[in-house]
Amino acid sequence: MVDIPYEGIPGIPPAEVPDVELYHPRSWWTRYVFSQDAKVIAVQYALTASAIGLVALVLSWLMRLQLGFPGTFSFIDANQYLQFITMHGMIMVIYLLTALFLGGFGNYLIPLMVGARDMVFPYVNMLSYWVYLLAVLVLASTFFVPGGPTGAGWTLYPPQAILSGTPGQDWGIILMLSSLILFIIGFTMGGLNYVVTVLQARTRGMTLMRLPLTVWGIFTATVMALLAFPALFVASVMLLLDRLLGTSFFMPSLVEMGTLSKYGGGSPLLFQHLFWFFGHPEVYIVALPAFGIVSDLISTHARKNIFGYRMMVWAIVAIGALSFVVWAHHMYVSGMFPQFGYFFATTTLIIAIPTAIKVYNWVLTLWRGDIHLRVPMLFALGFIITFVNGGLTGLFLGNVVVDVPLSDTMFVVAHFHMVMGVAPIMVVLGAIYHWYPKVTGRMLNDALGKFHFWVTFLGAYLIFFPMHYLGLLGVPRRYFELGDAAFIPSSAHSLNAFISVVALTVGFSQLVFLFNLAWSLFKGEAAGGNPWQATTLEWQTPETPPGHGNWGKELPIVYRWAYDYSVPGAEEDFIPQNQPPRATQVVQGAAS
Amino acid sequence: MSAIILFLAVIAVIAGWWLSQQRLMAKPWLEEGPVGDFPGGDTMTWPAAKIGLGVFLAVAGSLFVLFISAYSMRMNVTDWRALPVPRLLWLNTGVLVLSSGALQWSYVAARRYDVEGVMIGLLAGGASAVIFLAGQLLAWQQLGAAGYFMASNPANSFFFLLTAVHGLHLTGGLVALGRTSAKVWRGAEAADMRLSVELCAIYWHFLLLVWLVLLGLLTGWTDDFINICRQLLS
Repeated sequence: MVDIPYEGIPGIPPAEVPDVELYHPRSWWTRYVFSQDAKVIAVQYALTASAIGLVALVLSWLMRLQLGFPGTFSFIDANQYLQFITMHGMIMVIYLLTALFLGGFGNYLIPLMVGARDMVFPYVNMLSYWVYLLAVLVLASTFFVPGGPTGAGWTLYPPQAILSGTPGQDWGIILMLSSLILFIIGFTMGGLNYVVTVLQARTRGMTLMRLPLTVWGIFTATVMALLAFPALFVASVMLLLDRLLGTSFFMPSLVEMGTLSKYGGGSPLLFQHLFWFFGHPEVYIVALPAFGIVSDLISTHARKNIFGYRMMVWAIVAIGALSFVVWAHHMYVSGMFPQFGYFFATTTLIIAIPTAIKVYNWVLTLWRGDIHLRVPMLFALGFIITFVNGGLTGLFLGNVVVDVPLSDTMFVVAHFHMVMGVAPIMVVLGAIYHWYPKVTGRMLNDALGKFHFWVTFLGAYLIFFPMHYLGLLGVPRRYFELGDAAFIPSSAHSLNAFISVVALTVGFSQLVFLFNLAWSLFKGEAAGGNPWQATTLEWQTPETPPGHGNWGKELPIVYRWAYDYSVPGAEEDFIPQNQPPRATQVVQGAAS
Repeated sequence: MSAIILFLAVIAVIAGWWLSQQRLMAKPWLEEGPVGDFPGGDTMTWPAAKIGLGVFLAVAGSLFVLFISAYSMRMNVTDWRALPVPRLLWLNTGVLVLSSGALQWSYVAARRYDVEGVMIGLLAGGASAVIFLAGQLLAWQQLGAAGYFMASNPANSFFFLLTAVHGLHLTGGLVALGRTSAKVWRGAEAADMRLSVELCAIYWHFLLLVWLVLLGLLTGWTDDFINICRQLLS
């Protein structure tokens, strides 16, 4: 092909990396356990996150058993119910979704997709995983300490989070806050890697506008997380000091168990500001990687370039920036200065614009595409539907006057599970079906995959769609049992029982997925290097699964963007990013 | 929360400036061909460690600014009783300035590849940082002896908390400084040594800046300034 003089161009890494710079595992331990290879760290992150996520799934079954059939199960009492809610929420949002998208997919895909050999600081990357594991273990240990885990709700609002009467007041809350602090330290180590790798270690020709949207999503989400997690860190440290040393950062003066407590003057609202200053960006820290990944899934399986690539990039950046100025829409009923609500309602509704642009672009990518309804594509379509559904109810709740009556009802539960539970999980599952062949070299079973999709998608809808109706009736959330309230008809109780049955069914059907993962590892059909005929660099590695250092002797050279599908006149319906331009075009270019 | 919003606005301006250099208006679907054909969009030329430190300073900066946000919100409650700042803090500040200066001197020496000068600068910087930390602990002790305990008033709580967080960051810096000194001692390549010393110096200047801001806050020097800002915003 054409010989291009690359030497001497600043900012472009050399094709060959001297061998000494690469990390070489010397034993089984450093290859698979204390590994500094981003691909191994990614699998470690994914397995740990999934394991603790399964615990949270079981907690949700226990909650559903209680809600669907109150009084039937004597082993669930009101305190435990609150503990289940708290741990389910905290695990799912932070220890599963954040860790899986950034630590799991980020570690695996960033170096491969930008054409790097590894993350830029491999040792720090390894440390990140081990600190994360420690955070998970500290969190899990709260199930076994006296008093059990904290039952303060996943938002851990003071004053009740550290007062007697809230379950887990002894050890649960202390360990929970410590675990969060560890998680943030571990995440910061990983996050520095993801950001600097994208900034500095891209291969030759990989300009920012040639990056796959997956990398854009993970990159922007990591930047947001690095700036937002410190708010949770500050809140956790100060709450821990209130609990342990008796300071009054957040604790007002109050009467506890009939006696005046030692606290005084603190501001619970201050905690809420700090918590949601982290908490709202957190929604997009989970959503942006999902947006990115789903864009790549749709484009690949519809054999069509992504519609409006530039708009997609701008929308990701705009959402990232806007998400820092909407936090108080979680606090409409907190007693903050009421006129703040108008400002935050406005910013909240503005963020719907870039989000809607993304949804339109996904749909327009599908329009007249050569759609292959393979399992990753099914999950991507499932994501669009559930995300639109959850996004629309978000427009309801973003308005102060609508939010105030609905705030403490099941409507909110339905909203955030649709938009930030089901939708990202659809992407996680689709992404696993999509990249499993690259990670293991074998395909997942297609029939089992389709069964898994339909049960999960339809089941999730049957679980969360009726909750909107319950919420509109006024059925409260967080309640251990509803009792005999006049405004709750008996049909609502039947609906609750129905939801519980479906939830258990969907939960157990995930065993099919776990079986598929394990069975295909040994018996799955051999995948080859590029089973989906995709264009991005991770599918062009010389070995599958990618070997040590990802690429052979030379790093790939990138000649085009990530979405050259069904290019008119091309021999195949995809052109990999590292395929040089055809000779004729080069000649034309040289002549002109 | 206005302090953190302001801080993020600064970050956003820097990020926006950088993005504006990245040809975000390009139409990548039309731009087929090798990299040299399309100017802009190259990777950063700085070494990874330097970019990494820059990103970390943004994270640490956001942490300190969030503490400051919490401080300025909490100090409005009527139970706030400002504590008398120990005079020792002024001496400590002087020592920290010296520490920062020593590392700057070390960096200048590294640029000349004057290994002996580098070593002297690093040791002087490290020693004065340790003296600063010891001085901070002594200030804590003096406050404790005078009856100003952590939990007795939110002003005290913030004083101990902010100095502790700053001290922990400096302690982390000392670890990096120790590794750099060991590297220089063993004899490192000129470029490698220069980079390590430069990163230490940058981090020290950052912590000095943070300390000056915190000192202004804790001694109440910035109260008037905060009040003016508050009136402007409301």
